[in-house]
Amino acid sequence: MAVFEPEAEIGTLGIEEVGGEVVGRSPWELAGRRFLRNKLAIAAAVLFVLIVAVSFAAPLYANYVADTDPFVSNLSGTFTQNGKTIEVIQQGTGTLGLGETPVGPTWHAKYFLGADSQGRDVAARVLYGGRASLEIGIGSAVLAALLAVVFALIAGFFGGWTDNLLSRLMDLIWAFPVYLLAISLATVLLTAPNGLKIGFLHVSPGSLWIPLVIIGIVYVPYIFRPVRGQVLSLREREFVEAAIAQGASNRRLVFSEILPNVASTVIVLMPLIIATTILTEAALSYLSIGVQAPQASWGTIVEDGQALLYTRPWVAIAPGIMIVLTVLALNVLGDGLRDALDPRSKLRTKG
Amino acid sequence: MMRSRSLFPLLTLIGLAALVLTACGGSSKKTSSTSSSASGASGGTLMTVAKDAPSGSPDPQIDYTLQEWQLLILTHDGLVGFKRVSGAEGTKLVPDLATSIPKPTNGGKTYTFTLRKGIKFSNGKELKASDVKYTFERLFKIGLSPNAGTWYNVIVGGDACVKTPKTCNLDKGVIVNDAKGTVTFNLTHGDPEFLDKIAVPFAFILPTGTPNKEVQIPPPGTGPYKFVEYNPNKQIKLVRNTDFKEWSKDAQPNGKPDVILQKFGLSAEAQVTQVENGQADWMFDPPPADRLNEMSTKYANQVHVNPLTAIYYFAFNVRVPPFNNLQARQGVNFATDRNALVKIYGGPNLALPTCQILPPNFPGYKPYCPYTKNPGSGKWTAPDMTKAQQLINASGTKGALVKVNTDTTDVNKALGLYFVGLLNKLGYKASLQALAPSIQYPYCQNSKNKIQFCYSSWFQDYPAASDFLNILLGCGSYIPNSDSSPNIAEFCTKPIQAQMDAALQQGITDPSGANTKWAAVDKAVTDQAPWVAMFNPKLIDFVSKRVKGYQFNPQWYFLLGQASVK
Repeated sequence: MAVFEPEAEIGTLGIEEVGGEVVGRSPWELAGRRFLRNKLAIAAAVLFVLIVAVSFAAPLYANYVADTDPFVSNLSGTFTQNGKTIEVIQQGTGTLGLGETPVGPTWHAKYFLGADSQGRDVAARVLYGGRASLEIGIGSAVLAALLAVVFALIAGFFGGWTDNLLSRLMDLIWAFPVYLLAISLATVLLTAPNGLKIGFLHVSPGSLWIPLVIIGIVYVPYIFRPVRGQVLSLREREFVEAAIAQGASNRRLVFSEILPNVASTVIVLMPLIIATTILTEAALSYLSIGVQAPQASWGTIVEDGQALLYTRPWVAIAPGIMIVLTVLALNVLGDGLRDALDPRSKLRTKG
Repeated sequence: MMRSRSLFPLLTLIGLAALVLTACGGSSKKTSSTSSSASGASGGTLMTVAKDAPSGSPDPQIDYTLQEWQLLILTHDGLVGFKRVSGAEGTKLVPDLATSIPKPTNGGKTYTFTLRKGIKFSNGKELKASDVKYTFERLFKIGLSPNAGTWYNVIVGGDACVKTPKTCNLDKGVIVNDAKGTVTFNLTHGDPEFLDKIAVPFAFILPTGTPNKEVQIPPPGTGPYKFVEYNPNKQIKLVRNTDFKEWSKDAQPNGKPDVILQKFGLSAEAQVTQVENGQADWMFDPPPADRLNEMSTKYANQVHVNPLTAIYYFAFNVRVPPFNNLQARQGVNFATDRNALVKIYGGPNLALPTCQILPPNFPGYKPYCPYTKNPGSGKWTAPDMTKAQQLINASGTKGALVKVNTDTTDVNKALGLYFVGLLNKLGYKASLQALAPSIQYPYCQNSKNKIQFCYSSWFQDYPAASDFLNILLGCGSYIPNSDSSPNIAEFCTKPIQAQMDAALQQGITDPSGANTKWAAVDKAVTDQAPWVAMFNPKLIDFVSKRVKGYQFNPQWYFLLGQASVK
């Protein structure tokens, strides 16, 4: 049974009592105020922004701090620390002198987290990898959201065979397990000789666009479904009927009446979808069918580190931690946005 | 052949042996061939572990993997065999089921063998000359034997058998006399490598009546062991063949363990741990790079490092831009830091840099390395970036897109990554294409895929220069649009092919003179730079504490039957 909470209910209605006066506020303003009151969500947002900022500062770190090119092998390289010359890849010890081990974390500017098996600076690669992971994660989520909203508006508003056609198409995509579909698409697209050519469009092999588009496409139905449902419902609401009675065009109905009312749903979904797309990108890259060398992403670095788990675990652990922090931040942020934009769901949960 | 994949139709490529004169075994501090002589008591179970069962078919006339061949040499025999000892002697042919190795007659086209008497198969039947004919007809009749059409079609009637396997008849090619125990092979032309080819498992003798179709467990053989279980999802089990009586210690010595087990399903990491803990006696797969230091420090006495007659290389496609340009190929060769590649493989104690096709201590080998700073010594010393840049600038190929193709195994992917970085540094736009090992080799072989730069490796089938030069870079080995085209570089130069043909012809009567010719072929091919030859690898065998009498044979590697676990 729902528990009546006067403050929350008043907030939902857009009426707030401030110093004895009743003040009217827009839903967006109220959502903002509710979000700012959620300290956990604010902390998550700050953490996410921080991760984005440091990842996009990767070139600065590589050029001015680590002084390295994290995309080129440095197997025969050396560096100096505390006056000592250290080999980046060190020959194995013991009676037989077998194996070559990359330098471990120095906790200094150069090779802060050590080197990988190619002698590349792991810290710099983790930052560059973050940039690629975030670009793909955010890009594919935005692509998925754009396509899903467009399709959902068309399907929900026009209904009939248009709705049937688009809904079945989405069902078809949904019917495939996400990873199976993504792996299949990636395998086909990545093995195309000399990249992908569609008409005048040429995507070079190794382009970040390939995993971005693949991941974006497979997640379209996950946004399409809830948004279409909402559009179907809104289509029958009084304010839409009133607009129709006033002679509003279809364009105006869609863009001025319906779209603003589904925006909050999309905004709530976005952090969760980004978190999911980042995880998908990491999984595909780990399987060597996402981001392609010489580019790096957190998934490819985890894969690189797998062969060094015994001797240099930080190579795999560092990108793993970044993935966990990013996904955690996005999930908490998503919860906060949902609480702020859709307080009724909080009431329902409590009930 | 290659160690983990097959060759021709099968594409499993796994390698065989390495001729290796262990005396020149490089710098490894413990290049064992026999760590403790062939001593040790008989009995017990030799427990071996591997990630997967041998790829391809269990049928001895189809399988082309070192993993199964190491077992088949314990259960079956050929008319001749490689001597079962360690060191250079191990590459010598000795009579096995035959009483002696015959001299070819009729211009190298006829070989007559006499079978030993009293040898029995593990099903109790006595070996007869007619079994030999049956075996060679079956080789064609099953239709899946990878080298039937390339190695054994030299037998009179062989070509017809390749065309119509079901009706294969070698009445004129293999003439047998059960009463006298003689077998005469008639060849269409002299083949200097015919004896080598009948010393490998494809030609191991099977009893008459073995089904003329692929079998799921190797049929009875004449060796000291027999297969009693072949479950690719679980294990292979060999037990003693009670009908075996040692007839030649050189060709087929009696085995030490009573049972040899090979269990599947363990990762290489887990295999190392099991051997360390004494739960397994030997691991088939190469130990992972991150365990080498631990093995080298804590378990050095259980590690055996042996040089192989094998090569790791990246093949350019000489018919597809940008590497259809000789200067571009030579430029990349000059720029390659082979020491860096050796480091990726495990360091200087596990591999030696090379520039040429033939491996050291191999027939026809003469040190040659033009792609180094200060060439002349025949050894690679350092990359020459200045010369590399000059050549690549002159080639006009800068800025070209290059896909570096490799497989997804850790080491091979790392080798590919190195070249992506190097090619980008040289002005190309390179990216990596890493495919699953089972896909990558056939993908690279098929000219339809227009690969540009592809990783591969090759382990000798038998000690002959043509096994590298002619098979990997001969015109006949380039088969357009086929997954079974081992000449990945698509290299075919008529003058060089003529040199190869002349060397092959001379080999029938004058093997030593032929090897001088092969050395010239090696140099000529290296100058044309169809590959970046990277290094000649060594093999690590990691055995448990209780294993005594470890022996490394250059043809068959670790002789499992000679290891004592009692």
